[in-house]
Amino acid sequence: MSAPEQTPGGSYAPALETPRSPYRRSRSTHTNWELYGWLFMRMSGVVLIVLVFGHLFVNLMTGEGIHQVNWGFVAGKWSSPFWQVWDLLMLWLAQLHGANGVRTIINDYAERDGTRFWLKMALYLASAIVIVVGTLVIFTFDPCADPSQTFDFCRPAIDNVPTVTSPNS
Amino acid sequence: MATSLTPPGQGTPVGKLKPAGTLYRGREGMWSWVMHRITGVAIFFFLFVHVLDTATVRVSPEVYDGVIAQYKNPVMGLGEAGLVGAVVFHALNGIRIILVDFWSGGTKHQRKLFWGVVALWTVLMVPFLIRHLTIVFTH
Repeated sequence: MSAPEQTPGGSYAPALETPRSPYRRSRSTHTNWELYGWLFMRMSGVVLIVLVFGHLFVNLMTGEGIHQVNWGFVAGKWSSPFWQVWDLLMLWLAQLHGANGVRTIINDYAERDGTRFWLKMALYLASAIVIVVGTLVIFTFDPCADPSQTFDFCRPAIDNVPTVTSPNS
Repeated sequence: MATSLTPPGQGTPVGKLKPAGTLYRGREGMWSWVMHRITGVAIFFFLFVHVLDTATVRVSPEVYDGVIAQYKNPVMGLGEAGLVGAVVFHALNGIRIILVDFWSGGTKHQRKLFWGVVALWTVLMVPFLIRHLTIVFTH
């Protein structure tokens, strides 16, 4: 059954779909960004539950809890690619998830066009700074940078020098 | 979000001429939505501060340890308890939202799911608070 392109009413009347034509929500050239955003919130949310709960448990529940957290604790974690990837993923997903959530709230409550625009520009700028700075910190951090550290993972380079031996051995 | 919608069966009672107003009187549905927003915004601002305080590891061990020491006093310890409470609620209510969206029985059981969130939040928070507050106040 072929569908006529237009109603018999004339070229100026909007085309009326035939009863059996497939349903389309929008015939414009809109992208599906809001759908992807909606889906991203749910998918990133599930992943973030694992990442953030793991982060909170390891940092606050194990050892001395909040009192164990210092430079050496961070160095110990980020000497391992496992925690580097964990924290990198958590940083990106949390910041994008949070930014999209705040974007929704700005759209809901900022009624003037100008206010809405500039609030969102500030949000995007702050989010970009957090993601760039956080990513650089994770990848440029050197756990052996502190001269007073005594980490095992900083030692092999020293042990490879033949002249260095312990005076007690 | 249509905040002025009145759920079916909860319209203006007969004889009361005043409109229902702009408060979305959805009971558990409304309050979980309000709390999801408040906890989400709170976590967002903490994330901003937390990435910047962590970034001081690249300055020096002394600077980082000085900044992190601020998190170890009892007042901040209570703040951390509140933050974790917000994170746990946002996480559990997020699962509820996913169930409402994707599970066929989600909309029908959304109120029971909310009380499930409250129950599970309590189950997770009690051991967390005992452990965390013990560490904060007896160190």
